[in-house]
Formats: sequence, C-alpha cells, structure tokens
Amino acid sequence: MPTPGEFYQRDREWQPPAYTKDYKTSVARSPRLALISLQNSVSEITGPVFGHGDVDPIDNDLILNYAKPGEMPIGERIIVHGRVLDENARPVPNTLVEAWQANAGGRYRHKKDTYLAPIDPNFGGCGRTLTDENGYYYFRTVKPGAYPWRNWVNNWRPAHIHLSIFGTGFAQRLITQLYFEGDPLIAQCPIVNTIPDPQAIEQLIARLDMNATIPLDTIAYKFDIVLRGRRSTLFENRLEGN
Amino acid sequence: MPQDLHYLKETPSQTAGPYVHIGLAPGAAGFDIYRQELGWDIAGPNAKGERIRIEGVVIDGTGSPVKDVLIEAWQANGAGVHAHPEGGGAVEEGFRGWGRVITDFETGDWGFDTVKPGPVMGRNGRLMAPHISLWIVARGINIGLNTRLYFSDEAEANAADPVLNLIEWENRRATLIARRETRDGKPVYRFDIRLQGEDETVFFDI
Repeated sequence: MPTPGEFYQRDREWQPPAYTKDYKTSVARSPRLALISLQNSVSEITGPVFGHGDVDPIDNDLILNYAKPGEMPIGERIIVHGRVLDENARPVPNTLVEAWQANAGGRYRHKKDTYLAPIDPNFGGCGRTLTDENGYYYFRTVKPGAYPWRNWVNNWRPAHIHLSIFGTGFAQRLITQLYFEGDPLIAQCPIVNTIPDPQAIEQLIARLDMNATIPLDTIAYKFDIVLRGRRSTLFENRLEGN
Repeated sequence: MPQDLHYLKETPSQTAGPYVHIGLAPGAAGFDIYRQELGWDIAGPNAKGERIRIEGVVIDGTGSPVKDVLIEAWQANGAGVHAHPEGGGAVEEGFRGWGRVITDFETGDWGFDTVKPGPVMGRNGRLMAPHISLWIVARGINIGLNTRLYFSDEAEANAADPVLNLIEWENRRATLIARRETRDGKPVYRFDIRLQGEDETVFFDI
C-alpha cells in the first residue's frame, strides 16, 4: 500500500495570479519576483488539527448564532451545503470550514464597513463547522446582498460568501468566495475576473439544489470545495530520508 | 480518446477581502460571537523551550504598511515536532503550533508570542533550521502568500538549511531572517514582510 507523499503542485494557470490590474488593490500588494518552488517537507504536509472542542453546534447556523432570543435576521433563508474533497475526489473529513458574509442588505458587521445599508441587529455574519467523516458540511444563513465597492467608480460585488478551508496540510490552506447561480454581477466583477479561466470561475458558483431545499422553509444551494490532493509515494524513499 | 484520469481541479482562490476579520477573528471586527476564537494561543501553557515574541509590519509596493492583513503561523515545538499525525511524534498538551495574527488597523503593526521551534527533519535526511511557516492573506492578495521566518541567532543552521539554499540569490535569503533583539530582558524578533519592490520578501510556491 503506497503511503501519501507531497501535495500535487498547485495549478498556477487555474489559480489567479498575484498581479491583476483591474482589481486595483492587487497592484501594490502583489510580489513582482517569481515565487520560489519548494518541494514539500513535513512543514508543508502537516497543518493544524481541529476538533469538536473548538466549535459549537450553533456555530454553523448564521440565522441563530447572533440573533436575539425569539428573533431572526431579515433575508432569504438559505442552506449552503456540500463536500470538501481533494483532487483525487476523496472526502476531507474533520476539517474546519469557516464562512463570513454581508447581511441581506449588503452590509458587513465590521467597524471598517461604512456602506449606508443598515446593520441587521440579529445577524453577525460568520459561522464555522467541521466536515463529517464523509467530508460533508452545511451552513444555514440568509442570502447576502450585493454591495458597491471602490475600484472603478461603479463596481458592485455579486452576492457572495467567503469561505476558509484548512485540509490536513498547511499547503492546502485556501480562502475563496462562493457565488450564486444566475447572478448577472458575477461576470462583471473584477475580483471574480482575477481568475483567468472561465471554467475555474464556474467552480465558484453554487447551484440551486431543490432536493436539499426544505419545503415552505429554506432554499438550498450546493457548493463542493476541492483542496489539493496528495501523491502516492511509489518506489521511493520516505521524505524524511532512509 | 485515451482514458479519463478523473482528477478534480482545486477550487480557485479569491481574496480574503477587507472584512476577513469577521470570519476569522470577529473580535477584531468589533463583535463577540463565539465561545472561543481560534488561533490566539500558538504554543499553549505547557510548551517547553524559549518563550519568544515576534513582531513586524507588512509593507506594500508603495512603502506603506498594510493595515488589514491576516497572517497564519504554523510551526514545530521546541523539539522540532509538529502537532499533527505525521508531525514526528507527540507534543506538549495544549501545543497546537498554529496561530492567527492580525495587524493593528491604525499602524499595521502585528506581533505574536510563541516558543522558538526546534530544527525539523527535512527531505532526504537534511535538517531544516528552526523556522515558522507563514501564510498571508488580505484585500488585494488573490491567493495566500507563503513564506518562512528563520532566526538570526541560528546562523550556522541557517547556512545549512536546504530551503534557504534553494534561493539562488543569496542576498534575498536575508528577507527571511528575523532579527533578534532584547526588550525588558525578553527576546523579541523583528520580521518585516515586503510584498513588493526593494528587498521584496521571498515567497514560496509550496
């Protein structure tokens, strides 16, 4: 039985480059020199381990985790669910998934957000959960609103949920954004368009999932997340030597 | 058509954005929601080894401090063991070796307390000098930047480190060495990260 080795190299033509002129903030924040390619050592193959002592069951319910007793946030009630897989299509169990988002009006509960849409007193806008043994995760929340941002004079972010995922190794660490099927703002967004490949962009669009919808209650979107896969070490010495 | 390999593609990265704190450090965003935030204590109370502090600032291509960065740190304990099933052994109870660090919104300064890691066995039996892996995300960073922090008082180990030696330009290796100082009798390492321009920090494709 081969043992797992390094992670597959990251496909830098699939991932967004650092410098993307139409997303203006990237211009001064992007390295100009080439990344140094590093074969994985134990420092990259390992990563933090989380357990059920780290999160509470309520943490994945953004409808209730900040609401006052008996109250709920305003907005379209949605379930976001899916699996965390690796590039070998194997589930990634017990991994931490964190989410954050604007409220239904497009306003973040953040001291640096000054957009004129109001804060929702019953909505914090963040959640977290661990995937189960099959890599499955789910959140309940309200659908976030679109909002304007300063880039060109008139840019609007499509409705989106930020997601942070760990995997088993620090080399898999990933932050991304989930968009919603059918949103015409996706195609216009300079942040979305930092990703050069249109097929890669489609991978960030959650699909309406009627089968997971709770009738007369909550609509559902499905969103699978793929982390880097690991090579099987065939015919070679262990990373740590002989 | 030859057979399909059936591999999936990695989910594309998107910037963490200006409000990353809501998700990963809500206290910094200005509200309290979780029983306990994650990543505020890297080493825990029982870790053996030298207690150190690391401080720095992230600087953009205009020379300005970046005030909305989030950095994650990942390191071995004082004995060179990572807290992970493949990390090389057991670690002290409460040692996670992982932490989250955010910058001051006004100044861009960041800092964290930990224990100094030990050397870690690298590839092909070559020992790696003590180091901390860092992952940097922020508005304007499309995909997290990976770098490593090494220690100025480990000159001999650094000179033999297989990763530092991969960097063809010897003068650039210095961008990864945190400078040891002493404050009130305690060790503080200074580690500034330059995203772009003169003395640009070495970033890795891991």
